[in-house]
Amino acid sequence: MFKLEKSDLSLLIIVAVLTLFAPFILNPFPADSAMSQFNAGYPDLMQRFVIFGIFAVGFNILFGLTGYLSFGHAAFLGVGSYAAIWMMKLLTMNVIPAIVASVVVAGLISFLVGWISLRRSGIYFSILTLAFAMMMYQLAYSDLFGQLFGGILTGGETGLQPKVADPRILDAPLDPGANPKAHLFGLEMGSSFKLDIAGWQFTFNAGYYIAAFAMLCAFYLSIRIFRSPFGMMLRAVKSNQQRMNYTGLNSKPYTLAAFVISGMYAGLAGGLLVAMDTQVGAERMFWTASGEVVIMTILGGVGSLIGPVLGAGVLKYMENILSKINKGVLETWFSFMPDGMSDFFIAITNLFVGKQWHITTGVIFMLVVIYLPGGLVEGGRRLGNRFQRSGKERQNHTKPAE
Amino acid sequence: MADLWEENMVNSKLSRRGVLKTGAVTSAGLALPTIFTAQSAAAYTNEPTGSSVTLGFNVPQTGPYADEGADELRAYQLAIEHLNGAGDGGMLNTFSSKALQGNGILGKEVKYVTGDTQTKSDAARASAKSMIEKDGAVMITGGSSSGVAVAVQALCQEAGVIFMAGLTHSNDTTGKDKRANGFRHFFNSYMSGAALAPVLANAYGTDRKAYHLTADYNWGYTTEEAVKSSTEAMGWETVAAVKTPLTQTDFSSYIAPVLQSGADTLVLNHYGGNMVNSLTNAVQFGLRDKQVNGKDFQIIVPLYSRLMAKGAGANVKGIFGSTNWHWSLQDEGSQAFVRSFGTKYGFPPSQAAHTCYVQTLLYADAVERAGSFAPCAVVEALEDYEFDGLGNGKTLYRGADHQCFKDVLVVKGKENPTSEFDLLEIVEVTPVGQVTYDPNHPQFQGGALGSCNNGA
Repeated sequence: MFKLEKSDLSLLIIVAVLTLFAPFILNPFPADSAMSQFNAGYPDLMQRFVIFGIFAVGFNILFGLTGYLSFGHAAFLGVGSYAAIWMMKLLTMNVIPAIVASVVVAGLISFLVGWISLRRSGIYFSILTLAFAMMMYQLAYSDLFGQLFGGILTGGETGLQPKVADPRILDAPLDPGANPKAHLFGLEMGSSFKLDIAGWQFTFNAGYYIAAFAMLCAFYLSIRIFRSPFGMMLRAVKSNQQRMNYTGLNSKPYTLAAFVISGMYAGLAGGLLVAMDTQVGAERMFWTASGEVVIMTILGGVGSLIGPVLGAGVLKYMENILSKINKGVLETWFSFMPDGMSDFFIAITNLFVGKQWHITTGVIFMLVVIYLPGGLVEGGRRLGNRFQRSGKERQNHTKPAE
Repeated sequence: MADLWEENMVNSKLSRRGVLKTGAVTSAGLALPTIFTAQSAAAYTNEPTGSSVTLGFNVPQTGPYADEGADELRAYQLAIEHLNGAGDGGMLNTFSSKALQGNGILGKEVKYVTGDTQTKSDAARASAKSMIEKDGAVMITGGSSSGVAVAVQALCQEAGVIFMAGLTHSNDTTGKDKRANGFRHFFNSYMSGAALAPVLANAYGTDRKAYHLTADYNWGYTTEEAVKSSTEAMGWETVAAVKTPLTQTDFSSYIAPVLQSGADTLVLNHYGGNMVNSLTNAVQFGLRDKQVNGKDFQIIVPLYSRLMAKGAGANVKGIFGSTNWHWSLQDEGSQAFVRSFGTKYGFPPSQAAHTCYVQTLLYADAVERAGSFAPCAVVEALEDYEFDGLGNGKTLYRGADHQCFKDVLVVKGKENPTSEFDLLEIVEVTPVGQVTYDPNHPQFQGGALGSCNNGA
């Protein structure tokens, strides 16, 4: 099915099932319990999981296959976002034109940047992409083009949002008092179905499932690229580009194609971000955002199929869940202890949560890089091996159930 | 090739594990109880049904405005305490409205959640969204930058909750980016300009040549425009206005051309760390000891805060600026607030803390008066609402743009500070009439409030 090998197909199916049931899986704790702090099954975060999953999967096509480390991919995400928001301001609040435009525009820009940056490799390539990204960030942040032509292109620091007064030539005029909302042929991105079972509350959000569908498509495409002759060429670039050139192969079209494809993935992620939350600001192009996707990919496992998605999930979980644990929350956790002891535990734990969530992320990143150079995927692989081995040993002793 | 094979092998292993996992997940899904209680149709987003109500405090805890954010959070906690009847009641005792009884809001205990905006609009919106979607917050407040305030305000409008802006000074928050569900108590760039101009004319005369250094972002532009138009209206001339990058830390290359330009006044449209650095550079270059056009060279900082004055140290002495509120104000409300803040934390509150505290009380009071948490009811209760006793004298929440109109303080760096908090002295309290403007003033054009949104 889908022209995939059996192993890849089962991986795709697993990912599909996980994303389908994410509202259940990410909400393991009852809504009223103290542990509900760790629930991640609310629409915004679930959307972020899959959208940044797309971003990281795309980045992995470039970094994981060719080994070219781009430090400017957030710029393409930002460009995609701006393209999408302009579609929403000018054409329609339907997300389809917005998403298409985000992919196309990000593709064009990444072609330009890639054309120039790919003249160099290694650290010089990284620096070039970083320079481009920061240039684009500055252009967006001070809205230089907008100022030059006496209008607004990026909206500067305050960014852009759809407004009631925007033209939107394809849409019927808004009802008086209504706000423009992103929708897919009438299905609003923000609309959710809530399911209460005993103490649990599960939210099924339209926007999430649309983003999840896009993620599955992107993931499927990435599997096909990984398994294609084109993917093989990209791997050859990573293992020894010089030797490749000596055999008479020009590797630049391949690397450029990979660069543009990953740029389009970033654009898709940017477009989806706007579709889910109709606003864009220049900060999403800042170099730290580019660094984030590098961290996601390395954390999950460079060059593996599922790794980047895992990495994106872990990082976004930390950013959104850990950072919200404040001292008040800690006090309720440790309130069962005697005074001195609870103070001690609060002080220690407080170092790693709330605004210090970066510390925890840093520690985890270090541990992964040192002990699991292949990322979380390697961790899973090792665990899997261990279980399989012990399973085999057991098989020697006991009869299988079937 | 070897690599490829290995990967395939790995994947097949993964998949075997995965099949088990898939089975487990599916069976778990099937085993779920079949009694589904469809969600009861709420009248508005996050209608509080239990014995408590949750407010969302979205402040910068990391990044360049973390100091302001920390102070804002202190103020919020104090406000919650007072709303729930703990502590000495603070400004509840001096507030002209007596609707709040110290038993929570509408009898519900007030709880709160916090989030980190990182002074980035994306992060701020993510954090606000999680408060709305996950924690059931019925009101979001905070922010220490106009970009963030504008972004979160628009989000709250879409989601159908109330946004009570924290420290945001740009005209756009209640100008071209105003929203029906958003309210701002803090003053704005226009008011700074209007309040400063007469004081400057008095102190420095009406024939000055001004040189602007402006932080290169939205707030900088609106402040530059406001100060420029109000000073030009009284006869000053603007020699040049130069944009400086927000990330700049050394302003020497921007200060050097000032003297060659023939200007005799330097206006620093900078905030936070920017202002601390640019002012320090300007003083180091000896600008303040220079004579130009037969006059003493002067420096002006349109938006002052105590935290900035602290950073710039002795350099702020004698420099004019404007501020929303200062702890040395002698009215009853300010004194009550300073007293309870000081008792709890051991130092006086900043203007950011003040505006956040007041916004929380105003929201609670509006809910109490409206008898409902429904955003549209709150909007109605706040629009064109007049109150007193919250530290700025008689104040009006104008219905046309959801901006508070109140007296503005013109301050000056103190010559002989008595403590590390006593850095600014109040030169003049500009009466509200002088800083009031038409809602369609050119500096505020291009936006529409729309109508309030109750959400779900």
